[in-house]
Parts: sequence; structure tokens; C-alpha cells
Amino acid sequence: MPRKAWAAAAIAAAMFAPAMAHAEDLTIAVASEATAMDPHYHNTGNNNQIMAQIYDRLINQGPNQELLPGLAESWGPTDDPTVWEFRLREGVTFHDGSPFTAADVAYTIARVPNVPNSPSSFAIYTADITEVEIVDDYTVRFHTATPYPLMANSLSTIYIVSSDIGEDASTECFNDGECAIGTGPYRQVEYTPGDRIVLEANADYWGGAPIWDTVTIRPISSPAARVAALLAGDVDVIASVPTTDIAQLEDNDDVNLWQGISNRVIYLHIDSDREHSPHVTAIGGGEIENPLRDVRVRRALSMAIDREAIVDDVMEGIAIPAGQLLPEGFFGVSENIEVPDYDPDGARALLEEAGYGDGFAVTIHGPNDRYINDAAIAQAIAQMWSRIGLETSVETMPRSVYFGRASDLEFSVMLVGWGAGSGEASSPLRSLIVTNNPDRGLGGANRGRFSNAEVDALVDEAMQTVDDAARAALLAQATEIAMDQVAIIPTHFQVNTWGTRADLQYEPRTDEYTLATGVTPIE
Amino acid sequence: MTVFVIRRLLQSLLVMAVMSTLVFAGVFAIGNPIDILISPDATQAEYERAVRSLGLDLPLWEQYWRFLQNLADGELGISFVHHEPAIELILQRMPATLELAAVALLLSITFGIPLGLWAGLKPDGIAGRSIMVGSIFGFSLPNFWQGLMLIMIFAVMLDLMPAGGRGETAVFLGIESSIWTLDGLWHLALPAVNLALFKTSLVIRLTRASVREVIGLDYVKFARAKGLSERRVVFVHVLKNIMIPVTTVIGLELGVMIAFAVVTETVFAWPGMGKLIIDSIFVLDRPVIVAYLTVIVVMFIIINLVVDILYSIFDPRVRLSDVGS
Repeated sequence: MPRKAWAAAAIAAAMFAPAMAHAEDLTIAVASEATAMDPHYHNTGNNNQIMAQIYDRLINQGPNQELLPGLAESWGPTDDPTVWEFRLREGVTFHDGSPFTAADVAYTIARVPNVPNSPSSFAIYTADITEVEIVDDYTVRFHTATPYPLMANSLSTIYIVSSDIGEDASTECFNDGECAIGTGPYRQVEYTPGDRIVLEANADYWGGAPIWDTVTIRPISSPAARVAALLAGDVDVIASVPTTDIAQLEDNDDVNLWQGISNRVIYLHIDSDREHSPHVTAIGGGEIENPLRDVRVRRALSMAIDREAIVDDVMEGIAIPAGQLLPEGFFGVSENIEVPDYDPDGARALLEEAGYGDGFAVTIHGPNDRYINDAAIAQAIAQMWSRIGLETSVETMPRSVYFGRASDLEFSVMLVGWGAGSGEASSPLRSLIVTNNPDRGLGGANRGRFSNAEVDALVDEAMQTVDDAARAALLAQATEIAMDQVAIIPTHFQVNTWGTRADLQYEPRTDEYTLATGVTPIE
Repeated sequence: MTVFVIRRLLQSLLVMAVMSTLVFAGVFAIGNPIDILISPDATQAEYERAVRSLGLDLPLWEQYWRFLQNLADGELGISFVHHEPAIELILQRMPATLELAAVALLLSITFGIPLGLWAGLKPDGIAGRSIMVGSIFGFSLPNFWQGLMLIMIFAVMLDLMPAGGRGETAVFLGIESSIWTLDGLWHLALPAVNLALFKTSLVIRLTRASVREVIGLDYVKFARAKGLSERRVVFVHVLKNIMIPVTTVIGLELGVMIAFAVVTETVFAWPGMGKLIIDSIFVLDRPVIVAYLTVIVVMFIIINLVVDILYSIFDPRVRLSDVGS
């Protein structure tokens, strides 16, 4: 190229330099879109990961769901364990410039249970609060009927909105953007259902101005299309990289992969209650008394599962074998529980001892569109159980059919996953393990109807214990008994993978959220 | 003709009634959407509240009765998932699907008919044979795979086109669409081609077969014997007569493209109705499913009506009153 042309090119480049500000924009592809922009309408990860960028909570959750000061600078129970006091951050403004005060907190707590037609309300986190007392503009007290140790965890799920939006702010008003006034690092500027959500940096954010000027979040449900969009440079970050593509993407210099363990345990729930279970029969089909009620049988089933093989072969190495309800590091996890060893001979011996040396026939039910490789996992477990003499079959179905039938107790052994939204062990214990008791709101997802008085008592006591260390010990102890009694058979913890452009990094999160605030350029 | 149109519309009401009953009962039989929508740690009380608030605690006949009452007010129901009128959700996404289908249809006609004519007139030439072989590929490649290949080649390897999504939109003639902007057309190209490939092959094969059939008939021979130019023979006598089967198929295929562009919309993350319906089916969002299928039934009825009217234009022997009965 002649020198003159070089000079012209250089000038052109200099002229277009301001356009380089474009590099400050970020496009993220997520697997599923938010169902609405109302932060209190639908309690689901797809919505919450959007809301977490527009709104703050009194207590925010860090990458490992640790509790971090958000709109509250400090908090804790008062001398009366039924009253919690929160000191609010001063000088915080909403996106419309109005100041954040205690009135906004009271307004939010009042709005949460009253969102019309909410398919999954956040009221479960505020139901125990009997009164919100505004002490002054920056001090709030929450009253409860009985001691409520989960106050901090519960409030770390509630997005604070501005009280200026009025008494009957509707979900539509949030979708239009009119009511979507938060204090978070980004403000909502566009919501086109099915296509995109556009956020803009809030330069006045109390935690410091965010690094991305504009963030576009696009739902791309097909995993292959999501990967292609990243490879083509259409998007900068993608969530949920499929396990089948990981090996190939690792060799690609244009792409970085970021992996982190999730709070989601994949497990088998076992009918340990009914005298006759619908999908357990003698070999050949005769009705038998339910062998799954015998703890030795359940133990044998757990020992017969080669968790390493599931992780290596089915999950392509992208998972971690599990022996309890949450991965290590979470609140209330026991340090004394090992991942059960794969021991088919021991399992056969246990079956023999329990009087089932000749085996029996059992069907594993599972979803085929809910968890990573869910149907293949069920198949693998069935093969492993066949090796200890059980005639095992597998039936998988779409989640739209599966979960309803599972809740109606139509199955005997079912593959399910549990993500602990609160990031601590009481969540799975209270829902999956304690005795089913609808009146007290306990054991709602205990689809095997496991019941153990000792576990119930320990969890009950933990739920009355405000002291963190004592509560963690009680939860760990309850977990130890539940795992010893094989209330459920955990198989593995999911590991999530994010993909980014080569010059970006993502901080993986246990709650599986994909946040623009977690994306930073590599220096 | 008026009688014909009125009778058609009455028939369509019956079809819609049967369809909505079937869908209603079908979705009810699959399961309860609350099981999928609600957070797993919800308490029983919370679960029951959600079920009640969506009216799912009522017996099926009562839910259906409410649906009919709303219908009388011109409402097709509120989405369980998005809490917006189902019809609005559908109309929001309809332009994206319509523009995709329209462009794909245009592509398949502009390429399909001339290529089919050529292959029909010169079936033994190299070009004619190549066209037919090519159309076999267009037919047999799976849509999903073909879409991914288009993305891999044009977006990832050559880095020419965007890998998906809808481009900028603009308003022109009162219609907001992405076909009015360059960026929009750029985004539209790959999905439209993906959707059009199969249809083009269909049109090619259909045109060719019709041409082969017509070309040997007496009136064509007679036209040639009269000394008419080949151009006039082909474009007036042959083309006009093959248009009837081609129009029928294109019309129906347009309906299919609009209603079931699901695969293309999924692969290209195109924010159209197809993606909406598939998402709604996954979460059993019954109001949206029912509303969508109602819209689709209406659309098919209109398309069929237009096709029938076009018949009478192409072939004066066809009387509309005959077709209806």
C-alpha cells in the first residue's frame, strides 16, 4: 500500500476511534427468557438473574451465595429474637433520582404477597414477617411471631422497588418500563419479549459505576445456536454451554470457558413410605411388599451407583460426585459425610441380608428436558442397578408431565434436582427430607415421603436457633442422620459452564445466574 | 360467491369450537402448569394460592365455561406465565414470523417456478438434471441441521452474516418490520433461506411435474402448430395452466411456514410466534396455546379462501359455489 493510503487509513482509524466506545457494550445470551420484568412476579432463576442487575436487595448474594451488604449495611437480631434490625445504606438513589429510604422497604414487603396471578410468589420469604417497623429513615425492624433465623437469607431474595410507583403498580407497568425503578447497577431501557432486554449503566450506582455501558440480554434456547452465536461474535457471553461442546471449545483460542459448581444436587428420591409402591414388583411382575422401606435396601441402591462413572461418562467430567445435599463450603454442610464408595459386592450382600437376594423389579422415572443430561443419567443408574440383580427399567418424560405426576406420588424411584436458593442447608432439609406436613409448610417436595423423627426434631430446633454456629451444627447433624438413613440418594452436583470471548472473563456463580456485573475484561 | 364465503366462515366457527375443546382437554390431561412454574420450595398454602389465582382449582368444564364467557367478550385469556393477554403476546410476535414467512415464500417462488419450468421443459439437459438433484437435497436435509450449517458457514467461518436474532426495525406504510432496514434484511437472510430451501424444492418438483403433464396436451401442441412463439406457449399457455396446483400448494405451505416455523425460529433465535408456542407448550401455558391455535385456524381458513378465489381467476371453469360443498 502506498504511503499516502496508509496515512489516510490512519486518519480514518483515528476518526472512527470514538466508535470504539462500542467495545464497552456487552451482549449476553441466556438459555431461557424472563417471563416478566416485575421483580416480584415469578420466583425463578431466569427472572431473578435479570432483576439482580436492575434492583438491589437489602442483603445481596455473592458468587457463592454468601450474604453481602446490599441496601442494608448491617443487620442482626435484637435482644428480642423475634425482632431483627436492619441499618440501611444512606445516600442511595433510585434510577429516577429519588432517595432510598425505609419507606421503600416497607412498601416492597407489602407488595410482595399482593402481586396478582403470580405463578410463583416471593411471599414464601416474607410470610413470617408480621410487622415492618420504620424506626427512622435508615432503620427498619422486622417483627416475627417466633424466632426466625432465616431472616437474612429470606430477605436476600427480595428486590427492593421504589415506593413512588404507587399502591397498585401492575406487572404490565414493569414490563412497560415505567415502574421499573430500582437502585441496581443497571437500569432497564428496553424489554422486547422473546427477543431482548436492554440495560444501561447506572453511573450513580452506590457500589461504583459498572464497566459496561449497555448490556443486551438475548434468549437463545437452542444450545447449539447459543454456541454458534458466541463463535460468530454475535454475543460476548453465553450461559449453559452444553457438555458435548466443551471439549471442542476448550481447543478454540477465540473462546474462554468458565466453570463453577452449582448449588444444585441431582438425586434419587425413593418411596420409603408406602407398603406397596406402584413401580416396584417381584421379578416377573408379582406384587411385593415395598423393599425400599428397608434402609439396607436403600443403602445397597446407593452403593451400587458408580458416581465417578456418571461424572466421567455421562457428564463428560463436568460434575462433582455428591454424598449430601449441598457442596462443601455452604452453610450447614457436614464435614463428616463422604461420597459413598462404589461397591456392587457390598450392595449385593446387603440385599441378601435384607432378604432380597433374588432381586426385584423397579422403574426409575425422570425428566428428559430439565437437568443436564437427565435421561442419560437415569439410564446409567439403571444399568448399574441391573448389575446387582435388580430388573431396572427407565421411563423419562418432559418436565411438563413429570413434575405433576411426581408430586402426585405416582412413582417409586425418581430422578430430581434441587437448587438451594437460600444457599444454605435448611432449604433442602425442610423441603425434601423432613416429614411431609402441608399445614406447617414442611416437606413439600418430599416425594418419597421419608420420615424420621430425629431429623424432624433437629431441623425444628435449627429453625428456632438464631445463633449461626449452633444452627449450622444442628443442620449438619440432621444431614448426617438423613444421609445415614438414605432419605435420598445424591449422585452429583451440577457444574455450570459459561463461554466468553477470549478477552473476557466470567466469575462463575453457584446460583447459576449470568450477570453482566460478573463479566470483566482480562487485563 | 357471498354465500360461499359465509358458509366457509360458519364452517370455520365449528372447526374452532372443536379445536378449542380438544386443546383444552388435552392440555388439562398433560398436567398442571403450576407444578412447573412454582418455585420448588413453595409451601402447600402457597401452591394452593397459585392454583386458585389462575383458576386451575375449578373442574375442567367450569374452566372451559369461563373460557367461553371470556370469548364472548372477545378475550382469549390471560397467559399463566406472562400475565398478559394471550392474543397480545401472539400479535406482538406475529410481525417477526410474517416477515420471515413472506420473504421465504418470495424466495421459493422466484427461484422455484423458473427452475421448475426449466427442468420441466428440458428434462434431459444437464441443467434440468442438476436442478432435480439439487431439489432432492433441499428436500431431504433436516431443517435443524441445515440451519446450523448455514450459521457455521456464513456466520462463524466466513463471518459474513449474523448468527441469529432480529435486526433493526422501521415503520413504513404503517407496518413495523425489519424488512425496511438493511440491518434487518441482513439478519433475515439466513433464516429466510433456511425456511425457503425446502419450499423451493417443493415448488421446483411440483412445477416440473405439472409442466411435464401439460406440455404433451393437445392445446399446447395446437398452439405450437399455430406457429406461436415458444415464449408465448410457455408463459401463457403452459404457465397459466400449471398455476392451479402450484397455487394450492404454495398457499397451504405459506400457512405451514407461518404456523410452524418453530425449528427455524429456534435455531436462529428469531423472536416469532413459533418460539412462543413451543415455549408455551413446555410450560403448559394453556391460554397462549389455545389462542395461538385459534389464530392459526383462522389463518388457514383465510388462506384456503384466498386460494379458492385465485382458482376461479386462473381457471374460469371453477365456480366457487361448487367448491364449498
